[in-house]
Amino acid sequence: MLADLHTWLTTASAGLLDGYLYPFILQGMLLTIELALLSLLLAVGLGILGALARLSRSPIARGIATGYTTLIRGVPDIVLMFIFFYGGQLLVNDLGARLAALGETWSLPFAVGWDYVEISEFTAGVFTIGLIFGAYMAETFRGAILAVPRGEIEAGHAYGMTPFQVFTRITLPASVRHAIPGFGNNWLVLAKATALVSVIGLDDMVFRAGQAGGSTRQPFTFYLVVAVLYLLITAVSDVVLRHLDRRYSVGVRRA
Amino acid sequence: MADGKAALEVEDLHKSFGALQVLKGVSLTAREQDVVSILGSSGSGKSTLLRCINLLETPSAGKVWVHGELIRMRSRSGQEPVPEDRRQVERIRSRLAMVFQQFNLWSHMTVLENVVEAPIHVLKVPRREAVERAESMLERVGMIDRKDYYPAHLSGGQQQRAAIARALAMEPEVMLFDEPTSALDPELVGEVLKVMRSLAEEGRTMLVVTHEMGFARDVSSEVLFLHAGQVEESGPPSEVFTAPRSERFRQFLAGTLT
Repeated sequence: MLADLHTWLTTASAGLLDGYLYPFILQGMLLTIELALLSLLLAVGLGILGALARLSRSPIARGIATGYTTLIRGVPDIVLMFIFFYGGQLLVNDLGARLAALGETWSLPFAVGWDYVEISEFTAGVFTIGLIFGAYMAETFRGAILAVPRGEIEAGHAYGMTPFQVFTRITLPASVRHAIPGFGNNWLVLAKATALVSVIGLDDMVFRAGQAGGSTRQPFTFYLVVAVLYLLITAVSDVVLRHLDRRYSVGVRRA
Repeated sequence: MADGKAALEVEDLHKSFGALQVLKGVSLTAREQDVVSILGSSGSGKSTLLRCINLLETPSAGKVWVHGELIRMRSRSGQEPVPEDRRQVERIRSRLAMVFQQFNLWSHMTVLENVVEAPIHVLKVPRREAVERAESMLERVGMIDRKDYYPAHLSGGQQQRAAIARALAMEPEVMLFDEPTSALDPELVGEVLKVMRSLAEEGRTMLVVTHEMGFARDVSSEVLFLHAGQVEESGPPSEVFTAPRSERFRQFLAGTLT
């Protein structure tokens, strides 16, 4: 099936945009989508943890979460990305080397630390975007959890549920409906933010549009194509999100 | 008045919120099949009393037994006591089903899902059995034709009857009603009271915080009048309504009946 798609795309796009549309640009788009989805996964995980920490009774957890969201919201995305890509590489390798040195000094029977690690643009991109949007998701999820009526949570407790059951059976599913609008917004901004990763040299569709535009001397055409492709991604997302919203609002208005 | 073993005993219960003392030593006993109506003006502590019994509020002092089992509390110096064993609290709560003033049905579940939720996940009843039981309870409260509705699509009276079915599905030893008709439009109060009367008639043990004087007088086996966190008057309705000993209760009655 994939082979068929490949053949079809090759024929259909033959000669289009001087032959750059497929595979060159569209493969870059695939990378953009992969990057966006993996970042989203990380962001949702961090968002749930962050929201729980913000709502936790422990002042330490609250402090860490507040620090996290304040930091992320206060520093430009591109600066964070540079810090991760360049600084993260140094940090990871420095840590590995120090651990290895420690192992030798204490003559441990097993090896500690690690050899030189190369952080790829893709990994750095996923981590940075995931981390940035984890903070925004945390805020969205926190609001959604707070929007669940207190009485419904209380009813869970009153019927003998464990705190874990109350969270997974009542609070979390009841908060989904409140989270969807903010979640959708974050996702759209996240999808667009992937363009930033081209700055550190990730071979995504923005990066490739730059290359193709340069070699054909038609930057306008190629960036316009990328704009349309981003619009396509967000338009499809909109349809999916609207469907989700309808599905999770069944308890609110007549479907 | 019903005879039988004590289903619920409360001894010298105190509850403070900060400097505010809400309960100042309340005791009560409900034997099996008793219907105890708890009356009092707002702020008298009657809802707090009910919420302390199933530990939705932690009592500051005092003891609660459910069928002879004491809810174990651990006192802490200078602080409010906490339950000794969370599991015991959860087990006891599953034996004391509560019906709330605001219904508190789970809004993301249908009526049927609301009713089977705790039996399946707390009592570990097999799903099929839970569904059968839930359907017969919904039948009982006249809500079977609304079982696939979401709470938001029901009237208050229907929601409260569904909430009563949810409580019944737990096969509780004692049912706690926290002002079950206070949030309802006047024309919907009757349908809920009718269900509650039928429960009393079949011998359910019930603790009912209410403003419905008719219900307290006709249905309950025992009436408790709370004032400023203390029991001001108690006894069978035939006595307390005809010959109240406390002047405050007399005033309360005069105020609510006129």
